[in-house]
Amino acid sequence: MTITTATRTVAGIRLQSLTKSYGTVRAVDGIDLVVAAGETVALLGPNGAGKSTTIDMVLGLSKPDSGSVHVLGMTPAEAVRQGAIGAMLQTGSPVRNLSVRELITMMGSLYPNPMSVDEVLRLTSTSDIANRRTEKLSGGQTQRVRAAMALVSNPDLLVLDEPTVAMDVEVRREFWTSMREFAAAGKTVVFATHYLEEADSYADRIVLMARGRIVADGPATEIKATVGLHTIRATLPGVPINALTALNGVQSAELRGDAVMLHCTDSDAAIRALLRDFPAASDIEIAGAGLEEAFLLLTGNQTSEELS
Amino acid sequence: MNSTYLKYELLRTVRVRRGFVFSLIFPLVFFYLIAGSNRHVMLGGVSLPTYYLGGMASFGTMAAMISIGGRISGERTYGWNRQLRLTPLTTRDYIWAKVLTGYLTALCTIALLFVAAGTLGVHLQARGVLHMTLLVIVGLIPFAALGILVGHLFTPESMGPVIGGGVSLLAFIGGAWSPFGGDHGFLHDVSQSTPTYWLVQARFTLLGGPGWSATGWLVVAAWTALLGGLAAWAYRRDTSRV
Repeated sequence: MTITTATRTVAGIRLQSLTKSYGTVRAVDGIDLVVAAGETVALLGPNGAGKSTTIDMVLGLSKPDSGSVHVLGMTPAEAVRQGAIGAMLQTGSPVRNLSVRELITMMGSLYPNPMSVDEVLRLTSTSDIANRRTEKLSGGQTQRVRAAMALVSNPDLLVLDEPTVAMDVEVRREFWTSMREFAAAGKTVVFATHYLEEADSYADRIVLMARGRIVADGPATEIKATVGLHTIRATLPGVPINALTALNGVQSAELRGDAVMLHCTDSDAAIRALLRDFPAASDIEIAGAGLEEAFLLLTGNQTSEELS
Repeated sequence: MNSTYLKYELLRTVRVRRGFVFSLIFPLVFFYLIAGSNRHVMLGGVSLPTYYLGGMASFGTMAAMISIGGRISGERTYGWNRQLRLTPLTTRDYIWAKVLTGYLTALCTIALLFVAAGTLGVHLQARGVLHMTLLVIVGLIPFAALGILVGHLFTPESMGPVIGGGVSLLAFIGGAWSPFGGDHGFLHDVSQSTPTYWLVQARFTLLGGPGWSATGWLVVAAWTALLGGLAAWAYRRDTSRV
């Protein structure tokens, strides 16, 4: 049996007012999200944004404090029982003392409609290591085997929690190629990542999370423009902030002693304007905004100083 | 029960070669060391080889069952349990497969001991061997529960002392090495109230004995209920904590 086409019409995932706290930390702070069947969605955010906690609740591995989770129209437990979910978690190495082929055969036997083992091995580029014992695999090989474990059930919903963390560039590209092939059969795919490029290249839609909330949600291009801000730093004493925000291409500005920081929608225009109006500016640096910084801009009025 | 899953679970057990061989060899070595050179000495009303066949069978099979805990503990630690919880595999089937791997090791242990006993002149009849084996299978049920319990309570690092110490203590009090607590009195009652005692007593069926008394069945049943309940509690506590 090869990859079967998903035929469900209900939402892949529906989260309503979802919250989860660990002690005093609100890991997930009221999330509403609908992922349509067949969509590939990236959960993008820095560490601690609540991505893994959200994923654990989607998979039924932890219970929400409040709010509801529906997966393919069912509770997570029911979806798991039906074998409708495949998942690659951040933790969990494959069990030892089995060959890769034996492991995938064993996992496949637990599901009602598994893919054929050979198909899974081909899809995840693990055919060449099929007879190797799982405890003798390299890090990258282990990741591929974990992907195979997630795919063998032929799931309608595939959930990947930072799947490419231990992969080098080439393995990463191969990995996403196989995931694309899988998703093409109408499968719903949700993956967590903190790489903007990864979310941009492989997702139809990006859900941006920070501090337990969804701070932006839309097509990759839209999100990319939002977080694609550049920052110009320069030493420039005694300049009023109004004069800086008035510059072409500058969205907002901050003063930190003698240093100025300009958040730019168009850093090329901004640097020209800055040097024209303030030739005394020195120590100039232009940087693409890190995700972290972009999130902060999106999520709050706090200045970087308050947060650092 | 999913036969493919069970097959690979058993295969994995046998493939942990050192662990598997060790649990088979250990009781055998003790048996020859102690009974081999004293085969005509009498102990507890039977010849020493007969005594130690029962003693080492209980020691070895008990260890095999409690070792289930080591495997469960390890799988919890490296996240395998979490992975399995995302599959339709039920907890019952997971536990069952673990228990059956314990029984596989236990039955190999006892089979080897029967062969060894034969070489030391213990009189073995098919009927007696079968009867003893059946009693041992029943007598191991509380130890299966104990294995599941410790597997959910302890980390793999502490599992060595827990299994080693626990098995030695239970074997000693239960009379696997030599009769514990005399023929009557408090210590004898303590010994009789352990499930190990009844594992050791199963050897009398080899001599045509009738098997356990009502007390024996009661003790085994009581320990099964108690340890089974505790194992279920430990499992629930462990999985609700994720």
